[in-house]
Amino acid sequence: MNKVKDFWSLIGPVFTILIAITAIWYASAVWLNSAWAYDKAKRANVTISFSEMVTDTMMQEKPLLPSPHQVIKEIYKTTVLKKVTSKRSLIWHGWITLSATLLGFAFGTALGILLAVGIVFSKSMDMSVMPWVITSQTIPILAIAPMIIVVLNAIGVSGLLPKAIISMYLSFFPVVVGMVKGLRSPDQMQLDQMRTWSAPKTTSFWKLRLPSSMPYLFASLKIGVAASLVGAIVGELPTGAVAGLGARLLAGSYYGQTIQIWSALICAAILAASLVAIIGVIERITLRRMGIQI
Amino acid sequence: MTWVFAALLTWIVLWVINIQLAKIEANRFINLLVPALFGFSILILWEGFVRGFNISPILLPPPSAIAVRFSGSMSILWEDFVQTFIKGALSGYVIGCSAAFITAVAVDKSNFLKRGLLPVGNFVAALPIIGMAPILVMWFGFDWHSKAAVVVVMVFFPMLVNTVAGLNAKDNIQHDLMKTYGASYWQNLLKLNLPAAMPFIFNGLKICTTLALIGAIVSEFFGSPTRGMGFRISTEVGRLSLDMVWAEITVAAFAGSAFYGLMALIEKGVTFWHPSQRK
Repeated sequence: MNKVKDFWSLIGPVFTILIAITAIWYASAVWLNSAWAYDKAKRANVTISFSEMVTDTMMQEKPLLPSPHQVIKEIYKTTVLKKVTSKRSLIWHGWITLSATLLGFAFGTALGILLAVGIVFSKSMDMSVMPWVITSQTIPILAIAPMIIVVLNAIGVSGLLPKAIISMYLSFFPVVVGMVKGLRSPDQMQLDQMRTWSAPKTTSFWKLRLPSSMPYLFASLKIGVAASLVGAIVGELPTGAVAGLGARLLAGSYYGQTIQIWSALICAAILAASLVAIIGVIERITLRRMGIQI
Repeated sequence: MTWVFAALLTWIVLWVINIQLAKIEANRFINLLVPALFGFSILILWEGFVRGFNISPILLPPPSAIAVRFSGSMSILWEDFVQTFIKGALSGYVIGCSAAFITAVAVDKSNFLKRGLLPVGNFVAALPIIGMAPILVMWFGFDWHSKAAVVVVMVFFPMLVNTVAGLNAKDNIQHDLMKTYGASYWQNLLKLNLPAAMPFIFNGLKICTTLALIGAIVSEFFGSPTRGMGFRISTEVGRLSLDMVWAEITVAAFAGSAFYGLMALIEKGVTFWHPSQRK
């Protein structure tokens, strides 16, 4: 009995909020789409009752705000019922976005860790590079993503790499900041202990600094992977809506296919959530094997 | 080739100077000089490589060309800046952050809502919300109202999560003390909860400055009047006049840094008591 209660106190609030969001979604779908429903009835010279209006708002072809079940139906139609290789399959588009995300995330993590190691070991690098790392994030890279894509395209680099570069730019920052904090997290006593053992800098790096930075690294990786997904999606916008979730968004907005936009959006959300969850699982396993309780 | 070698040589010289400067006892002047020299050396490297390798200005214009273009088209840049930053980003930022703040304070009263909203808010804050841009442009039209709406949606959840976390940051002892004083809800909120939440609130405000600028610019790609930074960037890329694009990027970088700097400055004044602000 107690277990059920514990479970409810954990899940209950979230569940309530989710139900509230769905209710608000349905209500606003009726509210936003009713104008079009009345308009249609007026032109057909019939008067419709309130309940007829509500049913109509639930099944319009190009609603201002599609109702949740329309979006779910569209997602089901474009994932389960379509072949994976089909250009109308969301799984195919999702995979293209995912591969750019992962490549950019790998680049970004590598760059971030390298920079962090440099910053921790060299004072001049700390003083000269760190301010620019912070400044780099106030430049809206997402806004100049189209230019990067077009320019790289002009010199013959196209496909995955330009998108990955934008993802890299977005994901390296949290890693640098987190890793610098993490590599500096061992306290003076531990560092002194390493010195009394006359451990060289490399040993104290591998045996002390790197292990103690792990919790910080994983926290930043979670932020970084979400950021690199955003980068990959925006990177797909200027390529002329060829492939990927971003292209689905753009194509949907060109042709007013709101259901398509929303299903791409929900897919991106699911993708982001699963990526963060996967890193969370890896974090748990790694930290447990290192003996850190979380 | 001489350009490349000259640039490399200058870069190495400046780097050596920086290493020497870093060894000196740090003071304010040196803390500014070192990154400034580093940035300057990157610009020289850029200029030298572009000239030395004869890189076409269509691919990467040298900094000097960008500076010329920047000073030559001040009026256009200012018009775009007003349209995108002042009208779109700033109004959305103010509306979004205050809405999130009020929601957070209201939610803070109910433990149940708080425990429900925090995970959901954290989840939504990690989502690619920028994807909402085409929908909001469809709802609110092409002018700056839709850009402000995108910014509101983008900044709302990060701000909400940070404020809710901040309102939880008070000590139990402090809370008990307020209780023994017989403080009312409002006294409690104004004298303890909000001041204790300030470091978190400013963290949210600082994160949101960049998000606001990004949201305003990117949403212009989905439709805009014939002015605005995002509009200018996408059309000038199409016309291959990249020096103009870089001029816009410079404006965006300055605006973003200044906005962030302003928030950091206010934070310094408000949360002077916090350990991270002490010398």
